Amino acid sequence: MKSGFGTLLYKELLRFWKVSFQTVAAPVLTALLYLLVFAHTLEGRVQVYDGVRYTAFLLPGLVMMSVLQNSFANSSSSLIQSKISGNVIFILLPPISHVEFFCAYVLASMARGITVGACVLAVTAWFVELPLASPAWIVLFALAGSAILGALGLVAGIWADKFEQIAAFQNFIILPLTFLSGVFYSIHSLPPFWQGLSHLNPFFYMIDGFRYGFFGTSDFAPQASLAVVGVSLAALSALALALLKSGYKLRG
Amino acid sequence: MNPAIEIRKVEKRYGELQALGGVDLEVEQGEFFGLLGPNGAGKTTLISIIAGLARATSGEVRVMGADVVADYRRARRMLGVVPQELVFDPFFTVLETLRFQAGYFGLRANGDWIEEVMRNLDLLPKANANMRSLSGGMKRRVLVAQALVHKPPVIVLDEPTAGVDVELRQGLWRFIRGLNRAGHTIVLTTHYLEEAEQLCSRIGMLKAGRIVALDSTRNLLENFAGLQLELTLDRETLPENVRATVIAADSGHFTLRLRDYAELEELLHQLRDARVTIRELELDPPDLEEVFLRVMGRP
Repeated sequence: MKSGFGTLLYKELLRFWKVSFQTVAAPVLTALLYLLVFAHTLEGRVQVYDGVRYTAFLLPGLVMMSVLQNSFANSSSSLIQSKISGNVIFILLPPISHVEFFCAYVLASMARGITVGACVLAVTAWFVELPLASPAWIVLFALAGSAILGALGLVAGIWADKFEQIAAFQNFIILPLTFLSGVFYSIHSLPPFWQGLSHLNPFFYMIDGFRYGFFGTSDFAPQASLAVVGVSLAALSALALALLKSGYKLRG
Repeated sequence: MNPAIEIRKVEKRYGELQALGGVDLEVEQGEFFGLLGPNGAGKTTLISIIAGLARATSGEVRVMGADVVADYRRARRMLGVVPQELVFDPFFTVLETLRFQAGYFGLRANGDWIEEVMRNLDLLPKANANMRSLSGGMKRRVLVAQALVHKPPVIVLDEPTAGVDVELRQGLWRFIRGLNRAGHTIVLTTHYLEEAEQLCSRIGMLKAGRIVALDSTRNLLENFAGLQLELTLDRETLPENVRATVIAADSGHFTLRLRDYAELEELLHQLRDARVTIRELELDPPDLEEVFLRVMGRP
């Protein structure tokens, strides 16, 4: 007997694609505005890597920021909407396992995050020429980063009872961690204390490793970043799977 | 043959609150079973446990022999549930909603059955309408259709006609009766006791999380309801030896409660012996509402 995984994944993909103006176009515009403002004000004044223009340095960070934020937004908003409107019952009644549930939501989140990231890259490509030192790292960190945030969004969606709790999660956890992860600067430009603190931020490793794929240089060794990202992904996936298996806040 | 639903010593606690206190119940295959009870009696909690939407604190539930926890995949394939709340996904059309629901059960080529369900529930003209645009009655039909897309042998309807107009209600019951005749087991909860009386061959009544009555509809009516008799006599007092319970008396008009037809016969005999002339007589047949009120301990 076939499982419901494929249908649940397709439904989740269609859900964000049906409102792509809001879920894809709007974040692309936001990233574009960041690029225009920061590039205009800081280009020529800030030198991060030798021989790399600030706009070029900024762009991979913006792309990865879009990937991460939209991956989180997809799973968290989908689940909280379903819970609050009550239609989550339609995926709780069928014989869908907790692993299938997890995979469908996280893969759909990855698809949205990577779609937005690719669109940001495509739209901003004519601003600056980006090198592609090691595309495999780009793909690897985009996949891992979007999966982590998809899993985190799922955890937030399971935990939250109200939209405002998801908004608080986004505003007080995701946004600060993203902004303080080196999207707009190299952490080497920070005082030692803040540098040390940045090393505790898993978002830093995702963005730094992603950036390495373009320039072949980074603040931290990409292999070590990948290890941190991998451990984060494993931990969050384990947490999300445990919550789904227990039925926490989903099955009374 | 396994029972369609088998419930063994099921308890459910929410902290200090005991929602279900050791429920034992079997629903046989092919039955049209009514689960009745006042608000808060535990009907929806029990249905949620059967459907895997809630977990019992203790006890076991099986659907067509499959344990709803240990063998949840098989149990859920056997079960279709029409929820009480009018819930829908606003992103999709009626047809998408039904195709998704079938797909969640691993069915991707059952378009013919989906079409048949839609035709029976008069949903075909709305196939491509967004769920948001539907009236409450149409949304209720979609909920019923969603419960049927995987052809479950056991169908649970949790107050499916709440807030539904008469036309839809009749159409829905025609369809559900047809499914029951075709062999599907139906479990119904409703506040419309007339519906339960007409449709259900057996009824269980829940009160404060416990089954307080469980019998065939006919036996419940015979054993609990009694008869209500309206009498207008040629005098303002009844003979002293009349045993039937007088509920109301007003200027020669009496309302009496009788246990059964034998007591009616005895009453008429007593009146004849006392040379009382009956001017008007009206007998109300037993109904489930009376049974319900008696079982629930109300006057």
